[in-house]
Amino acid sequence: MNQVNRLPDGGRIDRNVPLSFRFDGRNFTGYAGDTLASALLANGVDIVGRSFKYSRPRGIMAAGMEEPNALMQMGAGAATVPNVLATQAELYDGLVASPTNGWPSAKLDVTALAGLFAPLLPPGFYNKTFMWPGKGWKFYEWFIRRMAGFGRAPSAADPDIYDKLHHHCDVLVIGSGPAGLSAALLAAESGARVVLLDEQSEFGGALLAADETINDAPAMDWVQQVIARLSQMENVTLLSRTTAFGYYDHNFVAALERRTDHLGLVACAGSRQRLHRIRAGQVILATGAFERLPVFGNNDRPGVMLASAVSAYLRRYAVAAGNRMVLFVAADSAWQTALDWLDAGRQVVAVVDPRPAAVGMQPSSEVFGALQARGVEILQGYAVVDVRGRRRVREAVVAPIADNLKQLTGKQRHLACDLLAVSSGWSPVVHLSCHTGSRPVWDDEKAGFLPGFRQGCLPAGSVNGSYGLAECLQEGYQAAAAALEATGLVTSVQPIASARVQPLAKACPLFLIPHHRSPTRAPKQFVDFQNDVTAGAIHIAALEGYESIEHVKRYTALGFGTDQGKLGNINGVAILAGALGKSIAETGTTMFRPAYTPVTLGAIAGRDVDSLFDPERVTAIHGWHAEHRAVWENVGQWKRPWYYPHKGEDMASAVNRECLAVRRGVGILDASTLGKIDIQGPDAGEFLDRMYTNRFSNLAVGKCRYGLMLKEDGMVFDDGVVARLAQNRYLATTTTGGAAAVLQWMELWLQTEWPELEVWLTSVTDHWVTIAVAGPDSRRVMAEVCEGFSLDEDAFAFMEWRDGTAAGVRARIMRVSFTGELSYEINVPADYGRHVWEACMSAGQPFGITPYGTETMHVLRAEKGFVIVGQDTDGSVTPQDLGMSWVVNAKKPFSFIGKRSLARSHTSGKMRKQWVGLLPLDPAERLLEGGQLVDDPGQAVPIVMLGHVTSSYYSPVLERTFALGFVRNGRQRMGDVVHCPLKDGRVIPAKIVPTVFLNETQAEPA
Amino acid sequence: MLQIHCPYCEEHREEEEFAYSGEAGIVRPESPAELSDEAWGDYLFFRKNPRGLHQELWLHASGCRRYFKVLRDTVTYAIHGSCKIDEQLAPVGQISGIRS
Repeated sequence: MNQVNRLPDGGRIDRNVPLSFRFDGRNFTGYAGDTLASALLANGVDIVGRSFKYSRPRGIMAAGMEEPNALMQMGAGAATVPNVLATQAELYDGLVASPTNGWPSAKLDVTALAGLFAPLLPPGFYNKTFMWPGKGWKFYEWFIRRMAGFGRAPSAADPDIYDKLHHHCDVLVIGSGPAGLSAALLAAESGARVVLLDEQSEFGGALLAADETINDAPAMDWVQQVIARLSQMENVTLLSRTTAFGYYDHNFVAALERRTDHLGLVACAGSRQRLHRIRAGQVILATGAFERLPVFGNNDRPGVMLASAVSAYLRRYAVAAGNRMVLFVAADSAWQTALDWLDAGRQVVAVVDPRPAAVGMQPSSEVFGALQARGVEILQGYAVVDVRGRRRVREAVVAPIADNLKQLTGKQRHLACDLLAVSSGWSPVVHLSCHTGSRPVWDDEKAGFLPGFRQGCLPAGSVNGSYGLAECLQEGYQAAAAALEATGLVTSVQPIASARVQPLAKACPLFLIPHHRSPTRAPKQFVDFQNDVTAGAIHIAALEGYESIEHVKRYTALGFGTDQGKLGNINGVAILAGALGKSIAETGTTMFRPAYTPVTLGAIAGRDVDSLFDPERVTAIHGWHAEHRAVWENVGQWKRPWYYPHKGEDMASAVNRECLAVRRGVGILDASTLGKIDIQGPDAGEFLDRMYTNRFSNLAVGKCRYGLMLKEDGMVFDDGVVARLAQNRYLATTTTGGAAAVLQWMELWLQTEWPELEVWLTSVTDHWVTIAVAGPDSRRVMAEVCEGFSLDEDAFAFMEWRDGTAAGVRARIMRVSFTGELSYEINVPADYGRHVWEACMSAGQPFGITPYGTETMHVLRAEKGFVIVGQDTDGSVTPQDLGMSWVVNAKKPFSFIGKRSLARSHTSGKMRKQWVGLLPLDPAERLLEGGQLVDDPGQAVPIVMLGHVTSSYYSPVLERTFALGFVRNGRQRMGDVVHCPLKDGRVIPAKIVPTVFLNETQAEPA
Repeated sequence: MLQIHCPYCEEHREEEEFAYSGEAGIVRPESPAELSDEAWGDYLFFRKNPRGLHQELWLHASGCRRYFKVLRDTVTYAIHGSCKIDEQLAPVGQISGIRS
């Protein structure tokens, strides 16, 4: 069985390059230039997969992206790709593919037994079954997961790389058929920057499979001339194998170029796929049209194919997909397929054309006569109502049909055949035009949906419902002329390519072929092949009261598949319209969303993966931390040392050691990541008074003050120490994570609300390194390292700053503390950061100086009841909730940001959640951060929740666990016991206590 | 993805360079203490949220870091113009953003 369906000559394949491939466990050969689909058909493979719901055997129906059945799993292992259409996959030597559905193989599929349960699987069964008993859900889920979905995702890392290219152009032409090429040529010759893209490997679109002439020569000659001309022009970018999959706002188009998929499973060099991000002045949409097929009984059997696809396989690939054809057509264009079939030496059993002999729907006399002359039986006024044969078409069952196309009027006939070529007209490929919400418009004359209006978008050719070649060439030209005018370029004088004008008959609105049984009782008449949606399903949906096409789509899963219902949607709309007694225009259509065809996530990520996924921010001392085996914590994009374990230490022992070192000796912390904002100007003080809850205009130069910042709704937003550097200059610090947000917040008020204030802001976070030296021995280390000022208690008080040097470097030293211990922060220009850090480490050796990380920092501040904004707060917490009324200065004349909201009835009401300390009754048991707090864990669900735990640690100084959290009315409930139920069933009781666990006398528990 | 004209940089730039900041032209009440909770709540929480033309604030976050005003249609996303923070948006006429 070696390529039984391959014709002896012809086609655009290269017979000098035979290729071997493997499908569904069997070996075959094809040629260079084949797609996987054409090679399978050449080898006589009937069944390429099983349908999703009923597991019916399916064959190849189409030649392009409208193919619904031939979904392939390519290769295996890390590089495997699911859901590749065999009609798009170009054949290469060694290709391995298997169907995405069908077990153990597509040929012999056990799940076909599901077909027996078909009556139990009506539309919407997903919503009706698997409901009772509810406890069985875990089994139902296992079962659904086995049945659901197409293909298998790889479970190992993708071995390929992907990249992106950005374009700006005047005119983007999507599609390189006659309309697209005509447009691109004129635009390019007129000097526009043009990008032309096409999803196929060769340019030419429909002309690749057509038997047409342009300028009195074969159409492909013209295509080659145009492409040759365009490739020479510097203002033109040509992209083949590139699918425009998303058409976004302001003419931004995303297109995926498959650079190596035609060469193998893994790219051998360079990127496998490239995402093109194109901003176009004008977009010319020349995406063509798909042929439709009518809906009749068993229209999904292998051997039922689109007429244009049968011709395409003959002409492009020299493949005749069968021997004895019945042609069932309701469109003139498809009659040509019968002639092509005869020319290939095959037999045409009959041509069945249901169209009434009304004016405008007669097939052309030229073609009619040609077929009669060759002895083909022509059955006019007949329709195919059913198909016999399960694994392959065996017979077409035809019957005469009334002029109104709604009733059968006579006895059936059975026509023996093995190929049923069908066509009921054309559906413009409007998908891209609706991506930003422009609804397609039904045209009765053309029996199709045409693109709705979109600013900057010019549809041309078949996508506009213009199916004649001369029309397409003309429209492409006109679209380019319009695009050039909008761009402000002069249209170059160019002749329009000429082709014979063929009168085409009026389109026939044929969708559902009647059966003597109703659609819900007739043999299955398929509308959507990927999701097994039948005409009966749509009728049931209408019977159940679903009237909107949007609801029917979701209820029946019409158009849900990877093909977005490319072949079935129009039929579905028409059948619903019929069931509801409405017109198609009234019923409307659902909209298409990106992506037009599936896009691999790797291409969207591009090179922004692994270490390039997000910028990694590090301080100037980072190298030292790494060399000393710091374990990292991610704080936003920053890498901060979490703890520094010595050999043999786990996190708990390292943190305990670090905490004790700071409380009893001296520790050193890299605090460079905290935000720093330089604020200058004569109105700087007034500005700070408005932004913070407390006052800064009266802060003396040389002093520091803690500040709390609220949003306008009164909720805590950020906090930090502010230092006054000069009369008109302050330095504000923020939390690490809030730095950018605080700066933007300040800019918002200055620029949009108070432009009269003279204030300038500069971010200096990265410009200064901040080294915290903390502990009873910190002054001794500072004395070794710093010069230029006195460290005496009465000379340098708490919350002051001094200028001087540290390790010989110009420095600003602040006496601030987040640990509750004597503590200094050395600020030096970042380039000197590591030098100064190492000098401190060296000077601190005799005192056992200990580097400590963020975990220790968290524990120590918690022991003192200091809040961490973003850890203990979540945007719903006021200063009063935190017990920090002392930081709110109500006497400031200006109503500072958030002040008015603190007086709102809800914000100032009773029974708010208040921040308190929590001591687990068992000093070894640790509460979980985020754990809910309740009075009575035995209460029937839903249990009343009083609040939650925000911070929870073990304190080596207190030698017990402790926590902070919110409890409703907590400050009135000191000493009460609340409970924290955990997921594993444990309940941890804890006593409510004040938030300060260590008071001034240090090691003394509060 | 939108294309936005920064009136300070005087260039069309990609949406990725900007940060959206809600309705433009919201004026903070002069005397918050004199407002009822309801009136203050209107200022805090209620926005026009129109179906159609919307005057909104954008920040050129990766560029000049200035706030400016944009007139955008919330249904079609067409941008009808942008202006500096202290100017007025021009009435609806030419659609900008796409060179048409």
